[in-house]
Amino acid sequence: MMPAVLFSTMAGWIFMNNTARPGRTPPRRKRRVRATHAARAHLIRAADAARQLRHRPGPGDDPHSAMRGANPIVPPQSVARRALLALVAIMSFLACLTVAAVTLVGERADNWQRQIADEVTIQIRPSDTHPIDEAVARAVDVAAQTPGIRSATALSADDAARLLEPWLGSGFDRSELPVPRLVAVSVTADADIAALARRLRDEVPGASLDDHGLWLERLASMARITTLGGFFILGLVMAATALCVVFATRGAMAGNRDVIEVLHFVGAEDSYVAGEFQRHFLVLGLKGAGLGGVAAMILFAMLGIFGRLQGPTPEEAQLRSLIGGVTIGPPGYVGTILTIVLIAVIIAATARLTVRRTLRELD
Amino acid sequence: MIRFENVGLRYGLGPEVLRDVSFRIAPGSFQYVTGPSGAGKTSLLRLLFLSLRPTRGLVRIFDQDAATLTRDSVPRLRRRIGIVFQDFRLLDHMTTYENVALPLRVLGTSETDYGRDVSELLEWVGLGDKMWVHPPVLSGGEKQRAAIARALITKPEILLADEPTGNVDPPLARRLLRLFIELNRLGTSVVIATHDLGLMDQHDARRLVLNHGRVDIYE
Repeated sequence: MMPAVLFSTMAGWIFMNNTARPGRTPPRRKRRVRATHAARAHLIRAADAARQLRHRPGPGDDPHSAMRGANPIVPPQSVARRALLALVAIMSFLACLTVAAVTLVGERADNWQRQIADEVTIQIRPSDTHPIDEAVARAVDVAAQTPGIRSATALSADDAARLLEPWLGSGFDRSELPVPRLVAVSVTADADIAALARRLRDEVPGASLDDHGLWLERLASMARITTLGGFFILGLVMAATALCVVFATRGAMAGNRDVIEVLHFVGAEDSYVAGEFQRHFLVLGLKGAGLGGVAAMILFAMLGIFGRLQGPTPEEAQLRSLIGGVTIGPPGYVGTILTIVLIAVIIAATARLTVRRTLRELD
Repeated sequence: MIRFENVGLRYGLGPEVLRDVSFRIAPGSFQYVTGPSGAGKTSLLRLLFLSLRPTRGLVRIFDQDAATLTRDSVPRLRRRIGIVFQDFRLLDHMTTYENVALPLRVLGTSETDYGRDVSELLEWVGLGDKMWVHPPVLSGGEKQRAAIARALITKPEILLADEPTGNVDPPLARRLLRLFIELNRLGTSVVIATHDLGLMDQHDARRLVLNHGRVDIYE
């Protein structure tokens, strides 16, 4: 720092003619300024006067307190704000919808898998040598004796026939068809399904066990594909947002070329310059992503409310039987909040990388 | 402090704007860089400020070879050099105080540490009553003094001034020259690029005269 003593000893004479002195009117200078410059100066002068009126320093005031809340080095109005804010909000909205859809499908798939995994089915094919009713009774006994089996309920011949009605109609003659009989077995998590299958094969003629493995595999596959698709869309949205930020950052840098030059002249490192731009874009990203995310959450809440208020229509009943309604659970909301943060971080990081890369290119 | 040996500079594939330039700048020295317009004064200052690299020859600044400097090491050297431009290069959206405090803000110094120094320096250059106004409302001379204050706030070892009196009237030019002389007495090396012969006649100092890219030194 320049020593304060030296400043004060010389302050009196070097610029004594230029400092305001009581009882002396400073000489007027002719200024030739362009109309635009004069208008700009007038506006800034008015703003200065208004600020001084609002915060008139008193005797006990710290003269440096005005620096607190200082002007940002990169002026915020020089960053394309409104258009970029709207774009980030839209991208955030789409990203949050995608995340919610993925969590919804994931939850439902888990639910289906749990329901299916809680049950196995014993199928007993009719045989010429063994009465089927005896085989069904024996299968129920075997199931009941197996550890981990909660219950075993045999479906009657009428119940089995009703299951075929969608394909064969209601008036078909059951005696002409070898309709198998079914036993619905409810199992716990520690049930030994393999042992049950072995005993059924050994002790009940024509019996086989269906553990719904094929269905479970298909459901898991469907859930995986949906999740992957969702993440792919999310990645595209993030990439599009990042690309827009790259262009916006380059535009902001071009608009602030003089600021960047001055920062370099006063010894600023690239990381400092990048940090100044990054701060603007982080705030912009948080605002834009927050707007989009909140809009998405409002939509989720409205879907939930309308879903509960609306009367049951056949279409809705079918939809509900499939996916259980479109109510977004807590994971969807948590995912939305994380998406907002992720978008803001991506925007800030993209801006920082773009500034550093552009500065290297300029060098 | 600074040494140039057989330095040549050309822009792209154009002709050499500086040819076989050799000189030294000692600590605490005062010199003018002069010559007609287009002689290469600003280019020479840009070499001194590490804004350009020489096409050939040796440039050593603070005992470091400019040709081998990495991009990351340049800001640290620039902090030891103060520069004043003819067009001031003040940031219009910041107050005079903020403009002068900028180099310290960049260094990460707390405002509580530098606030008093900035205020005193602004008082020293006669801008105590213009501390909280923005550059567009300052006169040319006031802008030049604000730019000088910004260059001095980090107490650089050398001050480079490119036509510092180019936009001010003769009385203010004399006062600015007195300011540079006083800075030099305090130990700062001063390099003033100017083609104002009247200014140079007011204070006798070493002259580096550029002509057609070559330099002649008058001690």
